[in-house]
Amino acid sequence: MTAEIFDADIARGEDLARKKSFGQGPPPFFAEPPFDPGDRGEGSNTPVGNVFLAMLLFIGADVMFFAGLIGAFVVFRFGAIDWPPFGQPRLPIAVTGLNTLILLVSGVTMLQTWRHLDDWKRRRIANGLNLTALLGVIFLLVQGYEWAKLIRFGLTMQSSVYGAIFYTLIGCHALHVFGAVIWLLVVLMQLQRNQFNAKKHNSIKLAGMYWFLVVALWPVLYGLVYLR
Amino acid sequence: MSGTATKSPDAHAHQGFLRTYIFSLDHKMIGKQFLILGLTMLLLGGGLALLIRWQLAYPEKPLPLIGASEQFVTTGDPDSTSSWDRTWTEWLSKEEKEQNWLTRNVPQGVITPAFYNSLFTMHATIMIFFVVMPILVGCFGNFLIPLMIGTRDMAFPVLNMLSFWIAVIAGIIMIAGFFVPGGHAAAGWTSYTPLSSDPQWTGVDWGQNLWCISLIILGISSLMGSINYITTIINMRAPGMTLFRMPLAIWSLFIVAILLLLALPVLTAALAMLLFDRMAGTHFFAPSGGGEPLLWQHLFWFFGHPEVYILILPGMGIASEILAVFSRKPIFGYKAMVWAMVAIAFLGWIVWGHHMFQSGMNPALGTTFMVSTMLIAVPSAIKTFNWLGTLWGGNIRFTTPMLHALAFVSMFVIGGLSGIYMASTPVDIFIHDTYYIVAHIHYVVFGGSVFAIFGGIVFWFPKMFGRMMNEKLNKIHFWLTFLAFNGTFFPMHILGVGGHMRRIYNPLQYEFLKDLQPINIFISICAFVLGFTQLLFLFNMLYSIKRGKKAEDNPWQANTLEWMAIYPIPHGNFAALPTVYRGPYEYSSPEVEEDWLPQTKKLAASAHGNGHHG
Repeated sequence: MTAEIFDADIARGEDLARKKSFGQGPPPFFAEPPFDPGDRGEGSNTPVGNVFLAMLLFIGADVMFFAGLIGAFVVFRFGAIDWPPFGQPRLPIAVTGLNTLILLVSGVTMLQTWRHLDDWKRRRIANGLNLTALLGVIFLLVQGYEWAKLIRFGLTMQSSVYGAIFYTLIGCHALHVFGAVIWLLVVLMQLQRNQFNAKKHNSIKLAGMYWFLVVALWPVLYGLVYLR
Repeated sequence: MSGTATKSPDAHAHQGFLRTYIFSLDHKMIGKQFLILGLTMLLLGGGLALLIRWQLAYPEKPLPLIGASEQFVTTGDPDSTSSWDRTWTEWLSKEEKEQNWLTRNVPQGVITPAFYNSLFTMHATIMIFFVVMPILVGCFGNFLIPLMIGTRDMAFPVLNMLSFWIAVIAGIIMIAGFFVPGGHAAAGWTSYTPLSSDPQWTGVDWGQNLWCISLIILGISSLMGSINYITTIINMRAPGMTLFRMPLAIWSLFIVAILLLLALPVLTAALAMLLFDRMAGTHFFAPSGGGEPLLWQHLFWFFGHPEVYILILPGMGIASEILAVFSRKPIFGYKAMVWAMVAIAFLGWIVWGHHMFQSGMNPALGTTFMVSTMLIAVPSAIKTFNWLGTLWGGNIRFTTPMLHALAFVSMFVIGGLSGIYMASTPVDIFIHDTYYIVAHIHYVVFGGSVFAIFGGIVFWFPKMFGRMMNEKLNKIHFWLTFLAFNGTFFPMHILGVGGHMRRIYNPLQYEFLKDLQPINIFISICAFVLGFTQLLFLFNMLYSIKRGKKAEDNPWQANTLEWMAIYPIPHGNFAALPTVYRGPYEYSSPEVEEDWLPQTKKLAASAHGNGHHG
């Protein structure tokens, strides 16, 4: 009797070990119930799957990274007598404002895509991802164009702390957008190769979470760095 | 989990050497790899410390073994009978480009001021980032978390493996810094700007760059590790393992993982800015270009103070395990212990300014930081008194792990109390940057963390390697370490109050420090004893892995889940996942005859439940 129960446990355990690394929902609850009826036995009850929890933690760490840079920016900006310093170009508020809108719209398209995931409307998902990635690319191109102009006007990493913190902070965000676009393209490729289905599409959600991070960071940076 | 079910789901048994020992996905092997990394770096970091101590006790005297004769050093005339004199004459007669590493850093066996600066910088860097963190967080975290919460592996085994190998890459880059032109980083482990941000001040070019790059890479490794730890602890506990049934060691590692996750990215941001200052011509930290040197200190200590708790909290967790097991008593005030750790971790975020009282920061800000720092004494005292309460009336077994844990508690109290001293701004103004702070940090990080490391290694050695360490050698090692440790670091308090600055090259250059030189010599002799005693521990480890007495499954009669796994523990850990019925510290329970009551033991009449343990 006991041996049979153990065999069943072992089989379930192996099953768990195989799929635990990719958060297909909470790990199965097996063996016996907890001793006290009042105990929930948290091992059985995981509201957030492994990969999503890990992604949330990574986003937390990333936010702290930006918090460090934003802290530096705040020290420079509010410690300065002249901001921007004399002789340094002003930042393009209007164009970047438009760009902000583009990025925010990409957040909305991502949200729409996310909504179609669970009922798995494959075509809409593919379109949504394509549109999001396209908007991200447009955002990056506009940023790059503005940067090229700023450099021509004499704003460089070396020209002043103003330039240095601008390129570091905004550049880090741009790198994040770039990484997120690449991730979306990878996910799109996998989608085209039919590697996802109605049950299995965590990668899309993870890429989406990362996209939401880069979209949510931007208005903060725009408000702090561009608007005065 | 003994008896009925000894065979485990061992799908990984037939993997080759490479997958078993090098690129292993098994958390236990990765934990051992971190242990090897940490102990190797301990030899290096300890060696650097001994060089520092030689210079301070015998300033500008040639080193033993490789140094030239004193006659050669003082007069310039080589002693014809000394072979090292001939070698040095030959080396030093070459063109500067063709000279070797030794002639650049220790000509004639005398440590140069520039090399001395790298020595103290790298001693601290290596000990903090490559010894204490890999062993306490990397080794114990990996080895203990899945075993103690009752799961089969970490949530992300591949990430776990990458985390280790990225740490190795960071270590190689860090060591490479010793061999680049200009020498290794020399601005102190805190790398204060503008000293560190411009090569012209220290003469160090690529050494400092590699220092930054290595720490950024190590930050990635720690990020992976901490994400893994937190996910595993939140999502993968065994049935019945509620949060408040987790052993305190797991609680401490959980809290440390959160600190690491949130603190290290800030350091990464600061390091990136420092690297830009050095390589891209920015002026973040250079006042000449409109930069702000204090910004580095704020960013660094915003990471650096949580880092201090990252170094001590796992030690607290390990000591709690050991104290409960060998007092044969439940830990006193379990929940208070948990909340005290949470409080320490939280307060750790708002005290960083106490490192900067002397920096020119706004004094009103200093007062706030003073108050918040002193608040930390409250949770720390809760922990200390609870440890004493655990010991009180216990049936104490003086095994080596217990001795180390007791040393941890007592040394932590000394280090903690000197911490409160220095938190007070008026006192700090006097003892800032003296040997008093060196004594303090070593009482906490050596007296605290390193004793916990030794205790933890001896305690879990039977589960890691299936054998017991030699108890006699361990006792000798403990007493020599304990005495030499106090002989080394206690007199530093006196030096500090006497005005001995830290990081000075030659104390004899200062008239008022000449009287204190005998203390420096005493400290150095103790330090040499301390250093060489550690070789005994390493020997004991290596010897016991091969020849030690075979260990029983639960040699210390402990309650926690890792002792229910049977050595050799397969990849997958448990035959069947254990079910947890109670907290981890039910020692001397009246409900059972033995004085321990494992977490997995079901007491109510149920044939099936009793089958879980023999």
